[in-house]
Amino acid sequence: MRTDFIIERFFLLCALSSILVIALIFIFLFKEGIQTFIYISPIQFFTGSIWQPVASQPKYGILPLVAGSILVTLGATVIAVPIGILCATYLAEVSNPAAREILKPMIEILAGVPSVVFGFIALTVLADFTHGIFNTTYRLNALNGAVILAVMIMPTVVSVSEDAISAVPKEYKEAALALGATRWEASRRVVLPAALSGIIVAAMLGIGRAIGETMAVLMATGNAPLLTFDLLSSVETMTATIAIEMGEVAFGSPHYHALFAIGLVLFAMTFIVNLIAELVSAKFRSLRY
Amino acid sequence: MISRRVREKIAFTFLRLSALLVLVALVAILYYIVSNGIGVVNIGFLLKNPEEGMTRGGIFPAIVGTVYLVALTLLFALPLGVATAIYLSEYARGKNNRVVMIIKMATRILAGIPSIVYGLLGLGLFVLFLNLRFSILSASLTLSFLTVPIIIAASEEALESVPMSYREAALALGATRWQTIRSAVLPYALPGIMTGSILGLSRAAGETAPIMITGVAYYLPRLPISLFDQFMALPFHIFTLSTQSSNPQLTRPVQFGTVFVLMALVLVMNLAAIVIRSRYSRLRA
Repeated sequence: MRTDFIIERFFLLCALSSILVIALIFIFLFKEGIQTFIYISPIQFFTGSIWQPVASQPKYGILPLVAGSILVTLGATVIAVPIGILCATYLAEVSNPAAREILKPMIEILAGVPSVVFGFIALTVLADFTHGIFNTTYRLNALNGAVILAVMIMPTVVSVSEDAISAVPKEYKEAALALGATRWEASRRVVLPAALSGIIVAAMLGIGRAIGETMAVLMATGNAPLLTFDLLSSVETMTATIAIEMGEVAFGSPHYHALFAIGLVLFAMTFIVNLIAELVSAKFRSLRY
Repeated sequence: MISRRVREKIAFTFLRLSALLVLVALVAILYYIVSNGIGVVNIGFLLKNPEEGMTRGGIFPAIVGTVYLVALTLLFALPLGVATAIYLSEYARGKNNRVVMIIKMATRILAGIPSIVYGLLGLGLFVLFLNLRFSILSASLTLSFLTVPIIIAASEEALESVPMSYREAALALGATRWQTIRSAVLPYALPGIMTGSILGLSRAAGETAPIMITGVAYYLPRLPISLFDQFMALPFHIFTLSTQSSNPQLTRPVQFGTVFVLMALVLVMNLAAIVIRSRYSRLRA
């Protein structure tokens, strides 16, 4: 009995490591990031519109990077969420089992494609299309990043919303059909509204992934830290800035600390998005059972 | 006024089209990679070092680097992930106390943290604070943090699918809790745990951003021989050749070949996971 107790404690300790890792992330980002403000005032950092960390008069304003991340993420969301929900509705409500057997593994495979491969595709071929069709000034631009990100987050949106749609009790739909609704009316007016909170979770998880994605946007968007909301302009995201510039900084320099501070902002943003998803799905569960 | 039947036809057409669009995107991606990459890949490409400023030769060190990295990641992440899942599913089941709820929430939040943030943690904690240097050890520890949430989620699901009667039978025979888990629960959950671990590892194999700032090298003519060596890796090789070199057009064939090899590696791992899962779910049904 005593050994059983010790074994249980051991497993509890392992499980607590998840909390430890979150704490470590926060501690290290905070410890390294907060020192930025020895050199730069927080107001300059958060509201400055110029990011020029290696100029002779370095400027550390993260506004262009935040705007870049938001612009690319919004673009990807606008493309991926509607198509993803339609695709999930097809899978859960319309498709025959044979089509589902093909499509679902395909979507899993899409989810497994490494982000650097998406980035490579955006860089070498997708850019030709976006550049050619929209006649952009630069070959690599925010739109290019948004499109490739949309493809990347599609599997998340599809599989999470499909789970939500499939979880709606069959009786709902049967009741609607018995009242004379067509299958589409039953799906649209009864099943989809019942699955709404799950679909919102799917969208939030997709958005969370898009904000945090690094390699694909790094290779697709041209990496010019411009403060703009023009989808056809080159932009630089927070993630890309950290990934490119961390390799070149002197450890302990103001620039190094500033990159950690960007990491802290990024962590806070994804944390909030995921927390919303978490709260929505908790509410959803408590309503259902 | 469009009739309700016609309206349904139109709506279903849109649903089908959107599914088709996703399918076309995947097929186009695979076609692009295979058609451009397959001609480059041969035995020499797989087993030779890069030559002449990476324009010729092979990618052997990058392949070995990625394999080492994934193996080390597995070594660190699997025990921790499975142990956490065992606690959540076997010891804490039905317990709705605050600790369990927070642990569950933490694992889900960890799964949503961007990989570059894990990279920053790896740099701050392993490379600098613990002084493990810019090395394969730092990089694989960082990747294992990133993989653990995936392994936890999959293992938890696998453990929860084990019928209660298995546990009850073992307990009724006088087994202790741990004996029950070890001999009755884990064997049944093993395929599910394997599936999740393979998926987690395939993700680790393709990660670039976290290893960029914790240990990967642009070019190393020899293989890493100690845990504190730097290493080459397939995803980083793709990134540097296509964006950081002075003339990316010159190394384009090598880039396509590397993308092909990385995709093949990841796809084989994914397919293996899918096959294991469907085989066992069919056996049990």
